[in-house]
Amino acid sequence: MNEILYKEKLSSEVFKMIVHAPRIAEARKPGQFIILQLGGDYNERLPLTIADADPEKGTITLIFQAVGESTHHLALLNVGDYIENLLGPLGTPTEIGKYGKVVCVGGGIGVAPMHPIAKALKELGNEVKIIMGARTKDLFVMKEEMEAIADELILTTDDGSAGRKALVTEPLKELCETWKPDLVVAIGPPIMMKFCALTTKPYNVHTIVSLNTIMIDGTGMCGGCRVSVGGETKFVCVDGPEFDGHKVDWDNMLMRLGTYKPQEKENHHRCHIGLHIEEGEA
Amino acid sequence: MHTTLEELDMQAKQILAKFGDNNISIKERTTIPLQEMPAQDPAVRITNMEEVALGYSENQVKVEAMRCLQCKNKPCIQGCPVGIDIPSFIKKAAEGDFAGANAKIKESSLLPSICGRVCPQENQCQKYCTVGKMKKDVEQSVAIGRIERYVADYSREHNLDVVPSVKASTKKKVAIVGTGPASVAAAADVRREGHTVVMFEALHKAGGVLVYGIPEFRLPKKLVEREIDGLVDMGIEINKNYLVGKTRTLDDLRDKDGFDAVFVGAGAGLPKFMNIPGENLIGVFSANEYLTRSNLMKAYDQKHSLTPLFNSEKVAIFGGGNVAMDAARTAKRLGAKEVTIIYRRSEAELPARKEEVHHAKEEGINFLVLHQPHEIIGDENGFVKGVKVVTCELGEPDASGRRRPVEIEGTEQVLDFDTVVVSIGNASNPLLKQTTDGLEVNKRGNIIVNEETCETSIEGVFAGGDIVLGAATVILAMGQGRKAAKAINEYLSKK
Repeated sequence: MNEILYKEKLSSEVFKMIVHAPRIAEARKPGQFIILQLGGDYNERLPLTIADADPEKGTITLIFQAVGESTHHLALLNVGDYIENLLGPLGTPTEIGKYGKVVCVGGGIGVAPMHPIAKALKELGNEVKIIMGARTKDLFVMKEEMEAIADELILTTDDGSAGRKALVTEPLKELCETWKPDLVVAIGPPIMMKFCALTTKPYNVHTIVSLNTIMIDGTGMCGGCRVSVGGETKFVCVDGPEFDGHKVDWDNMLMRLGTYKPQEKENHHRCHIGLHIEEGEA
Repeated sequence: MHTTLEELDMQAKQILAKFGDNNISIKERTTIPLQEMPAQDPAVRITNMEEVALGYSENQVKVEAMRCLQCKNKPCIQGCPVGIDIPSFIKKAAEGDFAGANAKIKESSLLPSICGRVCPQENQCQKYCTVGKMKKDVEQSVAIGRIERYVADYSREHNLDVVPSVKASTKKKVAIVGTGPASVAAAADVRREGHTVVMFEALHKAGGVLVYGIPEFRLPKKLVEREIDGLVDMGIEINKNYLVGKTRTLDDLRDKDGFDAVFVGAGAGLPKFMNIPGENLIGVFSANEYLTRSNLMKAYDQKHSLTPLFNSEKVAIFGGGNVAMDAARTAKRLGAKEVTIIYRRSEAELPARKEEVHHAKEEGINFLVLHQPHEIIGDENGFVKGVKVVTCELGEPDASGRRRPVEIEGTEQVLDFDTVVVSIGNASNPLLKQTTDGLEVNKRGNIIVNEETCETSIEGVFAGGDIVLGAATVILAMGQGRKAAKAINEYLSKK
């Protein structure tokens, strides 16, 4: 169980792995995630989104960015290695329905969890326009897969190396004005999701976001992932990860993400020393 | 004054020299002083995670066992949720037959090394002890739990533990959801009848609250591992990283995977918060999170663990139960300079065991009783900087029989803290209810069961432990696990 069957480096710090996990592959639905732990007493539990699954082959696809010590350790595993502990699928699936016109906004590796959602929305007969944003063109992931789904694919980069030199919110605003979507799904860095929600608010377009907060067990037991949504405390792991972007208390959520920043910074540095990997090279 | 293990052992040795042949009168037995549990020096133990209570010496356990009057009517047994034949095992201990004593306990309880440590004996067996009654002080009862711990540890260390015998295979399959105390007890008893038993655990380690909740310094994790290994030795299969309700539904276990019966011992598992302003600030944790980080994820060992810890100087713990004591004492060991338990009633009403409160005080934990938190105050970056509390006085007794705390107007004040651990209990995790058709729960979300059989509203599905009882104790959970196992065995014999 949990053997790594395929590994690809998608960009300098982003990796794709296909893992044998038949039970999860069978049960998972768009919007759900897994938690993995690399064995032993000391490795942390790490929530990751499921980018794709093949129930027949019994595999799931993970796409992750090596940002912390644990993701660096994961990145060092190779085909034939096993992920000792893999739990899932977790969280409440996306409510896939016939909405009409849908804009999917994926920032960075947020495109990975977006992929199964966009695919399911399209299969149900929605018209799906996809906006993908990245710092630079090399950092796009799953572009071909998204192209195959999208009625229109809009690329944006911070440096103009591909598509428009803009933030994702620019084309999103235009689409809100001209195309008038019935639903927006935005997944990416928290700050991007916050601004997507702010962009769609004046147009009153229902906007779903997928939050990736600090989490330990992923089953509702620890409450570390709690966020304030519409004035109520919700647990991302069981009530989410998807919420109404217009109701999320973004400032509180962004603040809570910084709980362990001092320690994480030190750890990231330490792991580059310990693992002999150049920074920026994972 | 801290009395060392050596000093306590010497005192016991002198008593043994006097009454050594164990052939003494009842009157003489009642004159033997209670043997104090040797413990790590408080000043030392707050700097480590090692077990606080060191366990009796051989001399001490013999002396303590001699205090038992061997009452004919065995009143202590009625206080034991699993009905251990207490006088019999104590008699063997007094004779120095520790393995025999352990075997006697194991007829009724699978986990003596754990129960000897974490059972609230003062509310159970020791509450009914004749010696305690004679001395009009439950604290003076025979220390049944300490003797239990000794004989269990002795048997383990000398490899004298026997794997319980398992009957020939019945070809029937039972699924056990969870691997905490209720599930462990149920699994063992069902397996003994020859049924195939498969346990499902959501986390990456088995043991439930014994692993993620109770700290190392009260219950060493290697003991839990050993007990879990014992289940595997009996032929029980344990599937970790498997969340019933998500990985597969309970219905699927029965319909697709062919399980003939299911026991649900999934635990409470949903932390309660106070619902006061500021609870989502940085530095506010549920006790579950705080303890899980330290225990399961080993964050107390920051040299090795990848799970980060919040740096705390002044920690407030909301609540006064055993979990609150665990959180407070953990905070101290993690380096906090000041740790304060904030509890709304008076010290007499603290729900924690006296022993835990005593240990906490020895370790320098502050107790701010008769105070109710109203708000957690944050700084401009969202970090906790204080707690607004109001003073209370005790009014009339409420439904629980305890005097109700009444807030005194105009007593609001803000106290400096940088960390808050909310330890006011757990509600029921709704996952199984949400994903299982026809599973009935009460308004608190606890699964409703037949009290005699622990069977739920679904035929063939049984439940026990905190998911039924709300937050209870290890031994009560085990008692329910055993009760359910008996009913499951009967159910399967008719199927």
